[in-house]
Amino acid sequence: MTRRRLPEWFLLLLPAIIVIAAVVLIPLIFSFYSSFTPYKLTRPSTLWKWVGTYNYEKILSDVKFWAAFGRTILFLTIALNLELMLGLGIALLVNKVTWGQRGIRTMLMFPMMFSPILVGFQFKFIFNDNIGLVNNIIQSVGFADVALPWLVDGKLAMFSILFAEIWMSTSVFAILILAGLFAIPRDPLEAAKVDGCTPWQSFRHITLPFLMPFIFIAMTIRSLDVARAYDIVQIMTGGGPARRTELLWTLMSRTGYVDARMGLANAMGYVSILLSILFTIYFFHKLSAARAELGMTG
Amino acid sequence: MANVTLDTVDKFYGKHQAVHGISLDIADQEFVVLVGPSGCGKSTTLRMIAGLEDISGGTISIGDRVVNDLPPRERNISMVFQNYALYPHMTVGENLGFSLKIAKMPDAEIASAVNEAAQILGLDELIDRKPAELSGGQRQRVAMGRAIVRHPEVFLFDEPLSNLDAKLRTQMRVEIKKLHKKVASTIIYVTHDQVEAMTLADRIVLMRDGHIVQVGTPLELFNKPVDVFVATFIGSPPMNILDGVVRGDQIQLTDDLAIKIPSDARGLVQDGQAIKFGFRADNLTPKGHGVSDEGEIATIDLEVSLAEPLGTETLLFAEIGGVEVQAKMLNPRSVKPGETLSFQLMLDKCHIFDADTGAAIRG
Repeated sequence: MTRRRLPEWFLLLLPAIIVIAAVVLIPLIFSFYSSFTPYKLTRPSTLWKWVGTYNYEKILSDVKFWAAFGRTILFLTIALNLELMLGLGIALLVNKVTWGQRGIRTMLMFPMMFSPILVGFQFKFIFNDNIGLVNNIIQSVGFADVALPWLVDGKLAMFSILFAEIWMSTSVFAILILAGLFAIPRDPLEAAKVDGCTPWQSFRHITLPFLMPFIFIAMTIRSLDVARAYDIVQIMTGGGPARRTELLWTLMSRTGYVDARMGLANAMGYVSILLSILFTIYFFHKLSAARAELGMTG
Repeated sequence: MANVTLDTVDKFYGKHQAVHGISLDIADQEFVVLVGPSGCGKSTTLRMIAGLEDISGGTISIGDRVVNDLPPRERNISMVFQNYALYPHMTVGENLGFSLKIAKMPDAEIASAVNEAAQILGLDELIDRKPAELSGGQRQRVAMGRAIVRHPEVFLFDEPLSNLDAKLRTQMRVEIKKLHKKVASTIIYVTHDQVEAMTLADRIVLMRDGHIVQVGTPLELFNKPVDVFVATFIGSPPMNILDGVVRGDQIQLTDDLAIKIPSDARGLVQDGQAIKFGFRADNLTPKGHGVSDEGEIATIDLEVSLAEPLGTETLLFAEIGGVEVQAKMLNPRSVKPGETLSFQLMLDKCHIFDADTGAAIRG
């Protein structure tokens, strides 16, 4: 009598298959399926009602969604560029420090150690129009005698959120670029000096090309991070006032958990994931190009 | 005109002194090689001339300008680095033309200068490649090409051949020598390889522990070393050095071996003086396999421990008083280990050094 046995390769892969199924596959299939239903958290039976692409059609014509979509891109662009410039500047300065550099490097990471929620609360206080630090300073120095509505005015609120975001995450760029600076061989820089480069020309023609792969790695990581910005915004403005700081994730969580329309929220998620995918593809493309430029393979 | 003058130049790293007040005059279009064991300060000296290291004391002049406080770009020098230091993101052509581009030379002139340099170094076909696609020897040529496009007053070479294999090194050595004839500029070349120093230099500057030990033409250093260090550093195989004591008109090398003091050295040593006795392998030859029987010659019987046939000659190893010495056999026949041969030592080619200071008594 022979017993039927599962093939060995399958047995060996089974633990991995189980883990991946539990962690990624099932949630993915479930959420994708539910985006074709009018699933409401408060009425579980709606999960079994198939509405086809209704949710997607609704999103495509939803002004609020596309406003949040555009605002997220804007937020992403401004935050990434400013963080890059500031991080590059900080890294270049720290690279010149000869004494106590380790200490400074550790201190650089302090903002990354805080929970984003706490950063949100902290800046909510700092920018508070009545008791906040910023208004206090402005008024006591005498720049203005009225309280500036930092978190209430739409543009100022966006600025305040950006400020908090940049405060928290510039060090990611600084650390990664600093690692890049450490990895630059000394010889080409010295050759450039002898070849007649001013410090600016050395930076422009030698240092920067060497840093580009590191910059694009930082960009890729941060674009994924910022595209799912939620905590700081939720704490500081909650997407308000009047949705003027609404980003994709605050909109999605409002739709999913406050309005309980999970099917619609999941559909939004699948549309907005395009954004992350596009940014990732773009930066990876740039990264490979920059690496090829330096003669690195793979 | 670009003579280079170093006047009591010091270099300190913190409290550690790497270069001790060295002075050196290098003539226009001269090929000077700084040579010495690692850590002797030769590269530091070169980098101070280049402007890549600060000068702690003294002055360096190029032409008649003191360059101590000038950045490298204002010194009109170019440098070839040990690791080539090519710009990996630029093609060979861009690497060659980079310094001209920085100097804002018109594109057409850059192109013709790059072509000229590429032609001199045989790089024409590689002009569009990236450094990663080149072999070591090709990279080295690009590094040299990058140095010559600008027609600088002084070329600095920092151990440019040490990353190449032996065959390529010999080949590049010849090319560098030819290049010097073509560009007619002053060249300062750093190496730890005495063969490179001997073959390339108009003058060798031999350094040790941040001091200059001896400056001279290759043959001066070879024939008239100022001390034991120079004698053993220059020449291959290194000079044989034996301890000895002066006894009357003889030098006692071991209990049962004494040789005559060369006649012109007799007034220079005193009875009972401890000395170091040096001779090159070329001057210790088996009877009948050396140069001639003329001049002052001592005959020593030695047991050969090892023979290294090199074709036109054979290196023989033997021991005198427990110290290994090397001898050279011309027109060699095969020699077996353990064979005892009668050797002739040419006394008038021998060197006598002070036992304590190592300084040459008879150079």
